[in-house]
Amino acid sequence: MGSSTTGLKQFRLKLPATAEDIARLEPGMIVYLDGIVYTAREGAYKRVLEDGVALPDGLTELSNANFHCSPAAAPDTDGSYRVGGVTATASFRFSKWMPQWLERTGTKIVIGKGGMARDDYVNILVPHGAVYLTTVGYGTGALLGRGIRAVHAVHWLEELGIAQAMWMFKVENFGPFIVDSDLQGNSLFATHGDRVNQRLEALYEGLRPPALHRYGETDDRRKEVM
Amino acid sequence: MIDDDRIEEAAYQIMCKAAIDIPDDYLQGIKGMIDLETGDLSAFVLKSMVDNWEAATEDRRPMCADTGLPRYYVKVGDKARLTEGFVALERALRAATARATHEVPLRPNRVHPLWRTEHNNNVGLNAPEVEWSFEPDVDWIDITTVHKGGLFGSDYRMLFPGDGINGIKRFFLDTLIAFGKRGLACQPAIVGVGVGGSKDTCMQLGKQAACLRVVGDPNPDPKIAELEAELKELGNNIGMGPMGFVGSSMVVDCHIEAGFTHTGGMPVSVHTFCLSSRRATARIHADGSIEYRTDPRWFTPYMRRETIGWEAPQPASSSFA
Ligand code: SF4
Repeated sequence: MGSSTTGLKQFRLKLPATAEDIARLEPGMIVYLDGIVYTAREGAYKRVLEDGVALPDGLTELSNANFHCSPAAAPDTDGSYRVGGVTATASFRFSKWMPQWLERTGTKIVIGKGGMARDDYVNILVPHGAVYLTTVGYGTGALLGRGIRAVHAVHWLEELGIAQAMWMFKVENFGPFIVDSDLQGNSLFATHGDRVNQRLEALYEGLRPPALHRYGETDDRRKEVM
Repeated sequence: MIDDDRIEEAAYQIMCKAAIDIPDDYLQGIKGMIDLETGDLSAFVLKSMVDNWEAATEDRRPMCADTGLPRYYVKVGDKARLTEGFVALERALRAATARATHEVPLRPNRVHPLWRTEHNNNVGLNAPEVEWSFEPDVDWIDITTVHKGGLFGSDYRMLFPGDGINGIKRFFLDTLIAFGKRGLACQPAIVGVGVGGSKDTCMQLGKQAACLRVVGDPNPDPKIAELEAELKELGNNIGMGPMGFVGSSMVVDCHIEAGFTHTGGMPVSVHTFCLSSRRATARIHADGSIEYRTDPRWFTPYMRRETIGWEAPQPASSSFA
């Protein structure tokens, strides 16, 4: 895994993840996954939660890890699929569907880019016993592509297209990911953001605001633009 | 005479190289940052990126699954002659884009902005962009492709002379902090700053500064070079690293390009060229032979001229291109 020198804790997590294993995850831990990961984003969420289409049979038993991503996948001549690389998409846009989705699917691990707002962890993930893992970088498409061993199944490919379909990937040593939120709702992004914010005032010292202002812009640099 | 099949071949090869192989100047820049990085998570992210680039080159797969927006910069030698002409050249660039999309494969990223329809080949209305420049006294054609990623990380602002250099610094910090949080800009980046021109020129200069100048290439104007170094240090002093984690790796290098502007204004733009700093260049010689490299050498002395005409520079700088 090549990173033991950093002193960060590493964890190889088997999917579907058990409650005990999930309880061991701490913000800042490096995680690699084995088993089945499924992708779902706005297309799948709408289909199930708004249009009332049933979930694929046995989803919960197969996987409890939801990856927010669209693969670069192409069909092969023998009917299987070739996956080149995968890069996560920003998760903050999906929080409106998450409470019901976690409820319906029993998903315990949400994987994506950039994490979700601090309140979303406390109000949505924690009550469902779920944690958040973030991809690294975020451009590690080639490394993640390597960890995908096979396409186990794909659902709603025709209806939703390659980007929005529900892909089930059989993965091995799939990662790296970093634990953002734990079962208590602690968030790595939030704590690091707080620490960065502490220095901002000193950084801007002596730099006056520009002569021409802009409508609607915030002057509070502790805020996020997302 | 340069045939258009040589152009298509060169364009196809640089499309593949840009998508897969990280340019060495950027790689060395990141490796240098790992040594200085004190944040343990930030250092871990940078090491993972190095692993990722090695995996991409070994497996011949794209370094990032997000293709960005592939585009071209063409520099035509004043003495270069084409068998078919410039319309055929543009067609060859579009054909190469479509072919590389299918064969690498690259994710088709380009869609119509309103109807979200696509041709699945990264070609469409006004896409890929082709920008042109010229070079005196030579008979080759340089074609550079850049696959710049990032929905985040660029901004423009009309500042005024009274805002001064401090105004530029403040706007530079604003842009890096706003888009650096949670790593939306996929930093550390080569940061390009455009100063002056009209609004579109300002954006164009800043973007070209980020995407077409390599790490370690200062502006030839010593006072601008000094400001570049100052801005780089300022960015790395924010206290933020990759993914917005506590750290010191934000700016791999800072490049400024300036253009004469309205006497009352000082427009500024900031652009970040992300962790997938994808660029590759091909030089097509008059005999049809092709050489590949990762330094676009876009900003030649001729590009930065201030005079009406053009006189050949002193020998020291004539070797530039
Ligand atoms: S900004 Fe760059 S590294 Fe990040 S996802 Fe886009 S192309 Fe990849």
